[in-house]
Amino acid sequence: MTTPNTPLWEVFIRSRNGLAHKHVGSLHASDATMALQAARDIYTRRGEGLSIWVVPSTAITASDPAEKGMMFEPAESKIYRHPTFYEVPEEVGHM
Amino acid sequence: MYTQALNTAEADDRSLEDVAKAAQFQARIDAEERIEPNDWMPAAYRKTLTRQISQHAHSEIVGMLPEGNWITRAPTLRRKAALLAKVQDECGHGLYLYAAAETLGASREELVDTMLAGKAKYSSIFNYPTLTWADIGTIGWLVDGAAIMNQIPLCRCSYGPYARAMIRVCKEESFHQRQGYEIMLTLCRGSDEQKAMAQDALDRWWWPVLMMFGPPDATSQHSDTSTKWKIKRFSNDELRQKFVDATVPQAQYLGLTIPDPGMTQDADGHWRYSAIDWTEFKQVLAGNGPCNRDRMAARRKSHDEGAWVREAAAAYAAKRAQRQTAQAAE
Repeated sequence: MTTPNTPLWEVFIRSRNGLAHKHVGSLHASDATMALQAARDIYTRRGEGLSIWVVPSTAITASDPAEKGMMFEPAESKIYRHPTFYEVPEEVGHM
Repeated sequence: MYTQALNTAEADDRSLEDVAKAAQFQARIDAEERIEPNDWMPAAYRKTLTRQISQHAHSEIVGMLPEGNWITRAPTLRRKAALLAKVQDECGHGLYLYAAAETLGASREELVDTMLAGKAKYSSIFNYPTLTWADIGTIGWLVDGAAIMNQIPLCRCSYGPYARAMIRVCKEESFHQRQGYEIMLTLCRGSDEQKAMAQDALDRWWWPVLMMFGPPDATSQHSDTSTKWKIKRFSNDELRQKFVDATVPQAQYLGLTIPDPGMTQDADGHWRYSAIDWTEFKQVLAGNGPCNRDRMAARRKSHDEGAWVREAAAAYAAKRAQRQTAQAAE
């Protein structure tokens, strides 16, 4: 019998309370419970985290790097979205 | 750890690919941009990296064997706990690296099978035996020390997932080297017999460790492409020299003698070592080292004996999925 390829999971770790979960890498596991345990062993051997998320890699929809121009250009050209675009006289002080 | 010796970049086979894309790719590399998995890359870049990263991963996994040999015989509980943690780290390093290799499109199963079939290389250093406890100290001090020399530049490798894996690995590797040096220090401050044991281990490991950096620059034909792609940042000989310069004072502090009577310090402070016996290196790479067969047999045995676990986990996951579908249908 050939064993099917073991599914891939993406691992996210919250390093301490108040911070967001951050992607740290991936691993293979047959199910979510085993993925969590493996994530604990692989990515938190030195107290790197307080909380772990594992997400099946297939559940992630990613933007296409080839289309990053079209995707992100609209934000780049709108410099008026940044506070420094606006002039406030020095005498007014910090705003 | 341990990729330098295995760098064998593909010959340039980009002729069929979009010339404009290739030029754009090289421009990104030259601008020190990182390449990410979904970005366009030349097929040869992908192939070179898949091979290098997976060989690096195999090396970490096989690297558990020589040290695992001493876990049950570590002299104290403190040493045993440290060695166990170190071997566990090597396993973790293998897994980070396999994951990085997989981002290039290969599957884990495929990579492992290639290794078990004897078709993939791993670092030649693990084909040497660990005969005494001093070998464990020497491996940490020198083998991991050489690995750090190799891996620090890889943290700036052009391929993002590999560079990120290397950053994690380097952080952990430092503990390995320090615990090894501490073992050596303890032996060297011990009885005459213990010190002799430390010297004997250094005598046996010194030359194989220098070989870890790979063939001399003059005969290494594949470095050009890897350098151009910023996979490799320093030549084999440059890294080897750095390592020797860093290690000689450490050996002097231990009161050990490097087994190279011809070694001299030049005017610039560099330690010049004697010629390396590359026929030994080639023999070990070709499968004729002292432990090649043992290592492969141990890996295959472990893989076979774990088959029922993989099958059971897959069967359990399938059963649960089936039950969930049935429940959803109700």
